[in-house]
Amino acid sequence: MLTFAIRRLVLAIPTLLFISFVIFMLLQLAPGDPMAQVPLTVPPEVKEKMRQALGVGEPALVQYWKWLVQVFWLEPKVFIDYLTNSSTLLGWLPDTNLYNDELRVISWQTRSPVMDIVIQRIPQTLWVVGMSYIVGILIALPIGIYSAYRQYSIFDQSGTFITMIGFSVPPFFTGPLLIVIFSVQLGWFPSIYDTTHVVNDWASLKVQFNQMILPVMVLALQTTAQISRYMRASMLDNLNQDYVRTARAKGLSEAVVVAVHVLRNSMIPVITVIALGVPAIFGGAIITENVFKVNGIGQLLITALFANDLPMVMTLTFIFAVLIVVFNLIADILYGLLDPRIRYD
Amino acid sequence: MTEPVQSTPVPIEALADKGPLEPPRSQWKDVWDQFRKHKGAMFGGGFLLFITLAVLLGPWIWQVDPQKLDIRGKDMRPIWTALWDSNAKVGWHRPFGTDQLGRDQLAQILSGGRASMAVGWAAMILSLLIGTMVGVLAGFTRKLDGPLMRLTDLFLSLPILPLLLVAVTLFRQPLREAFGPEGGMFFLIVGIIAITSWMPTARIVRGDILALKEREFILAARSIGTTPFRIVQRHLLPNVLSPIMVSATLGLATAIITESALSFLGVGFPSDFPTWGKMLADAVQRMEQFPERVILPGIAISLTVLSVNYLGDGLRDALDPRIRGR
Repeated sequence: MLTFAIRRLVLAIPTLLFISFVIFMLLQLAPGDPMAQVPLTVPPEVKEKMRQALGVGEPALVQYWKWLVQVFWLEPKVFIDYLTNSSTLLGWLPDTNLYNDELRVISWQTRSPVMDIVIQRIPQTLWVVGMSYIVGILIALPIGIYSAYRQYSIFDQSGTFITMIGFSVPPFFTGPLLIVIFSVQLGWFPSIYDTTHVVNDWASLKVQFNQMILPVMVLALQTTAQISRYMRASMLDNLNQDYVRTARAKGLSEAVVVAVHVLRNSMIPVITVIALGVPAIFGGAIITENVFKVNGIGQLLITALFANDLPMVMTLTFIFAVLIVVFNLIADILYGLLDPRIRYD
Repeated sequence: MTEPVQSTPVPIEALADKGPLEPPRSQWKDVWDQFRKHKGAMFGGGFLLFITLAVLLGPWIWQVDPQKLDIRGKDMRPIWTALWDSNAKVGWHRPFGTDQLGRDQLAQILSGGRASMAVGWAAMILSLLIGTMVGVLAGFTRKLDGPLMRLTDLFLSLPILPLLLVAVTLFRQPLREAFGPEGGMFFLIVGIIAITSWMPTARIVRGDILALKEREFILAARSIGTTPFRIVQRHLLPNVLSPIMVSATLGLATAIITESALSFLGVGFPSDFPTWGKMLADAVQRMEQFPERVILPGIAISLTVLSVNYLGDGLRDALDPRIRGR
């Protein structure tokens, strides 16, 4: 198992390198020019120097190499410095001063390091996306279990119908629909997610809770639809197995049979599906963030795209790719750990 | 003495056929019978047919130019608003109302549906072609299997929506110059959706081909000198048709949703070219006063995708010979 994990981890590195290379080359074809906003009175040789300063004058391969160095060598240094200097968790360690003012990946929009902006935006995305994923899973599992246990009952039929709707209705429709119903007509929840809101007492926690409900509901609907379908199918596979009959025959109560014997076995594929769905939900959150004006990383990507901020786009797309590769790896390893029948070596 | 044996033996009664033998049934008749039992699939197929016919033939029946501005008749409400609000600005000549520039909403829905469905079908067919080709090549030729499957894995780990956004914003300008504003966008969106969605089909087709090519009928075909190309075309492809059809329905649904999502984020077709996603996105700013402008295109997208998904569900059941006949 360990050798398998190590092999997969090693294999992930060329995959990520290749993906980053593809994205980089794609962005090289971009028609936009970072100097487009500079006044025409600036002489061309000065413009050339400005281009050099932004790192655009070099050949593409050199630029790619520099980007790699910045992301994989400089950014970890900065991060370690941050950890040992100012974080509460590891601040007791002696200060490291690994980073000494080399050029980091700079955003063309704000001229500040891309990673700093990303770090600022990630908590918003994690709050909304992470919470919706947890809520979705918590709703989906009981629905899936019960509708498989009572297959073809009214609950199962309506559950299947609702998951089908959750599958089909896109978030850019459910979002506005919920806003019309709950914030315009009923006035219960705000339609815009206020990221400057600070939680420091019960009242502000309630406000935070209120503003999170709508985006979480939109994202959770999709998660629920997918996961409850998997849960139902997996439970149905296991309910007809011989060991279930044995468990019933030796007099175990129905609750124990379903909740212990069948559930444990049917959770194996579902857990891998849950792990595989994490990157997809980050991608899907781009639209939800746009609808509810959450300034997370999805919204950051969109604004960077429109502002032609290529380093930002490059880094963000790469982060999404890292998420996919890492969670694929996690899913594979979890599958091997949970299911003793799977042997990778 | 033994009894004389009758020249024509009377058949045993229990074994006699009651009535004439049924004519042999074809596979597709079986599939159709199973498919008909799935109510959701019948409904889905019916609705898909209806909406396809509506967007194809509708503009000939409802002959209003979707682009015609009518500032005096702007912001009209749909006709059913008159049921509860007698002061609403409605009219039978604008059954779905008009938008803030006075463009007819019914005509816009019809022509927007045309764009959305065209993109969906074209992207689905293209991605099926790529997926089937890669799958057949990987499953049938041993040398290409490794590289092609690594390529599929690589494509599966690409972040699809961010890449779509990147590609559409980057290549919009050159393609517009080459094929005109609408044509360029059409090729771009169809191509990009197809390039990023062929992987599941390729995997399924490869798996089936790997299992099929070890079977006796392939050996028989090879032994009478059938060329590899003919084997693929005559013996392998018809047998992998059912998983391809099921993934086709899934592909159509995702393609329609992806196109609408791109339009919604403002990187889709040009602003004067209506698609369902674009109409929805344009209406979001004023949805408090005119909720129907969000709801109508939203329902159009959702119902189409829902019916396609149900169709896929029914097809999966009908094409699976283990379920069929039960």
